[in-house]
Amino acid sequence: MDYNLLIGGSAGQGIDTLGALLEKVLQRSSYYLFTNKDYMSRIRGGHNFTQIRLGTEPVYSHKNALDIIVAFDETTANEHSPRLKEGGKVLMDQSLKEDLQIPGGQGIFLPIKETAKELGNPKVFSVILLGVLCKALDLDLKIGKKVLEKTFKDEILDVNHKALVKGFEMDVDSWDMEKPGNTDQRIMINSNQAIALGALAAGVTFYSAYPMTPSTSIMSFLAANQKKAKIVVEQAEDEIAAINMAIGASYAGIRAMTGTSGGGFSLMSESLGLAGITETPLVVANVQRPGPATGFPTRTEQSDLSFILTASHGEIPRMVTSMRTAEEAFYKTAKAFNISEKYQTLVILMNDQYLADANQTIKPFDFSKVSIERHIADEDDLLEGDYQRYRFTEEGISPRIIPGKISGKTVLADSDEHNENGNITESAEIRIKMMDKRMNKLKALEKEVEEPWYIGKDKPEVLLVGWGSTYGTLREAVEILQEEGHSIGALSFGDVYPLPKKSLEEMAKNAKKVINVEQNYTGQLAKLIRQETGITFDHSILKYDGRQIALEELIESVKEVL
Amino acid sequence: MDQQNLFDCSVDKAWCPGCGNHGLLEGIKQALEELGKEPHEVVVASGIGQAAKLPHYINANGFNGLHGRSIPPALGIKIANPELTVIIHSGDGDSYGEGGNHFMHNVRRNIDLTHFVHDNQIYGLTKGQASPTSRPGHVTGIQTEGVILQPFNPIATAISLGCGFVARTFMGDKEHMVETMKAAINHRGYALVDIFQPCIVFNKINTFKWYKENTYKLDEDYDPTDKIAAFQKSLEFDDGIPLGIIYKEEKPSFLDTIEYLKEEKPLVDRDLDPKNAEEFMDGFY
Repeated sequence: MDYNLLIGGSAGQGIDTLGALLEKVLQRSSYYLFTNKDYMSRIRGGHNFTQIRLGTEPVYSHKNALDIIVAFDETTANEHSPRLKEGGKVLMDQSLKEDLQIPGGQGIFLPIKETAKELGNPKVFSVILLGVLCKALDLDLKIGKKVLEKTFKDEILDVNHKALVKGFEMDVDSWDMEKPGNTDQRIMINSNQAIALGALAAGVTFYSAYPMTPSTSIMSFLAANQKKAKIVVEQAEDEIAAINMAIGASYAGIRAMTGTSGGGFSLMSESLGLAGITETPLVVANVQRPGPATGFPTRTEQSDLSFILTASHGEIPRMVTSMRTAEEAFYKTAKAFNISEKYQTLVILMNDQYLADANQTIKPFDFSKVSIERHIADEDDLLEGDYQRYRFTEEGISPRIIPGKISGKTVLADSDEHNENGNITESAEIRIKMMDKRMNKLKALEKEVEEPWYIGKDKPEVLLVGWGSTYGTLREAVEILQEEGHSIGALSFGDVYPLPKKSLEEMAKNAKKVINVEQNYTGQLAKLIRQETGITFDHSILKYDGRQIALEELIESVKEVL
Repeated sequence: MDQQNLFDCSVDKAWCPGCGNHGLLEGIKQALEELGKEPHEVVVASGIGQAAKLPHYINANGFNGLHGRSIPPALGIKIANPELTVIIHSGDGDSYGEGGNHFMHNVRRNIDLTHFVHDNQIYGLTKGQASPTSRPGHVTGIQTEGVILQPFNPIATAISLGCGFVARTFMGDKEHMVETMKAAINHRGYALVDIFQPCIVFNKINTFKWYKENTYKLDEDYDPTDKIAAFQKSLEFDDGIPLGIIYKEEKPSFLDTIEYLKEEKPLVDRDLDPKNAEEFMDGFY
């Protein structure tokens, strides 16, 4: 079973507070959660909402059909009530009764504002609603109290305790909720936080970035822990500085990282080439939002893929990988550092607003599964005489040392085409050898990339193909369509470049219809697949309105082309 | 031939014979040796331009990055390993034009870097266009009616941004230049040294002779700690340009201000263990 709630209002009204508290109560009540945020690019006003989907089994995406709407304003009630299931309810303050366009019987009007006033603090509005929801969802009030104790202190805690109880005592029916059977301890985390935690596990000690939605939460998490972790998180003057700082830090021997969103990534593109030609290991996160230019700052899209594959003039090797779940974001980020150092190359992590802001309840990360492999040479690996940063070797990777650590050995990195010493060269012969050396890393990376995840039974007639954040929706859609008797499966790509081809080529051969599902206009993964394999798609399901495709929407779109 | 310097390097120099960069290179090598540095302890960072080729011609660690981006990698290097002496050699175009934003904000950051700007008031690599420090009226192939823009005043800008070490010198006075370089490297915090040098091919106005005739050394009794007086000094140009340490102020450098790093090993020497990060998952239960 799963339930779907929407909490909406204007920015600054307290919907985030209520959402965060309710999520915690649900998490501690052992429900599985998937919550996503839809917000406008403004600090006050407008219309924002959080959707919380809870289940007794894992949930991987959001759905359109709603069981409960918590409306902080009329707009929320009016705009979203058409999505209510039969029997669904809108909870709101009684003062909103007028001007509503919702069918009779749907609204539950409660004296929330009045109660907050009686308690002497209008800010407890959200916590009264939390009490109401604890009652409606048949949750243990004790868990609610404990969550408040973690959040508030002293008199503020007292008044919030009272508010919670007042809300719980309000005249609302409790739903007949199925209780979760599996009570294993879980963490609730979004994929940006998982990226940041993965970076910490991998030993990142320097993160430089310029704030940009929706990537900022990576920096915020690292900054919040910088003192304890004793690392440096620096807000750069611009994204060009951010990536160049990280490149310098990596050259000097530490694990460094930068992260940004589309516009910032565009600014970084020349420097991607710098990392490429200087063979400096670098991990860069791009948390996508709809472009071009400023685009839709707080919304979602997967439209940077084509750009990222070739971003920067000239040709450099790179690995591009996208996030499908918060869980994999952690392990994948940690692995990215190992790959970047092993091959002295650029690894780009792709995420998007939808997944970046989506909280998921998952098994706690297993830190013993993370390894740190530095691939740094020591004195014994070096030849006599001057150290050559770009020495041609049989394996194709030049031994890399840390500047300042070996007396008599100096390290020269250069953005010009260079010889083995790192000195500027104009030689055609050396140019060819250096290009071959760098670009050959792609062959090694082909062996590192992982095949896409497959959902469905063997040999499906219809094959859906997607990447990154659509994984959860693809997975649930395939399960439902299979139950309805369709022969269907889905491949969800995480690593996208170099493109892993094996399962795709096998499955596409057998399928009658191959359909790409992407959050962009031009079908960027389909273009890449066609370029790399010659496989063409029979249909495309493309969405570029800034909103993530919902489960029902995907099922409907698939049925249209079956 | 001169006695060998530890920082000598046999790579062929791509600079014109007679270019001011040669003297500057000899100066920095002398300064580093006199300071008792070893080549592996020093990193020379640069952007792009004629001056920015310097890391290739000195026996030290080098990071020759992108145009205008000499400072950010240098900052990353210093944060990773504060035990390294990190100096920047780049031109006036790279430092004040393309890289102006980084210049401004790293002065504010006060990271412990020494920035030597090879200031020849012209673009050399791209063959003779105006630089941010070219004077009004200077005719070039692009500024055909003469430069219209007000010249950038690096000294005044640095002082106004709170730079703790601001100096100007001329490569034609080697002793003055080397002493200034040494003082700048010894300064803990961001140090800017604007170094006049002629471009013998593209700047026919600000020649070696012109610099010699239009500069003067600050008196010995000049007080570089008086900020207002220093600012006034920084505005002198047309009636003689002062050379020397124009402003000096001791204050904590960027890394010195991060309290929690004080007792810690440099980032580069940390022992990395994934388990150390496990506690940061606690907040998600």
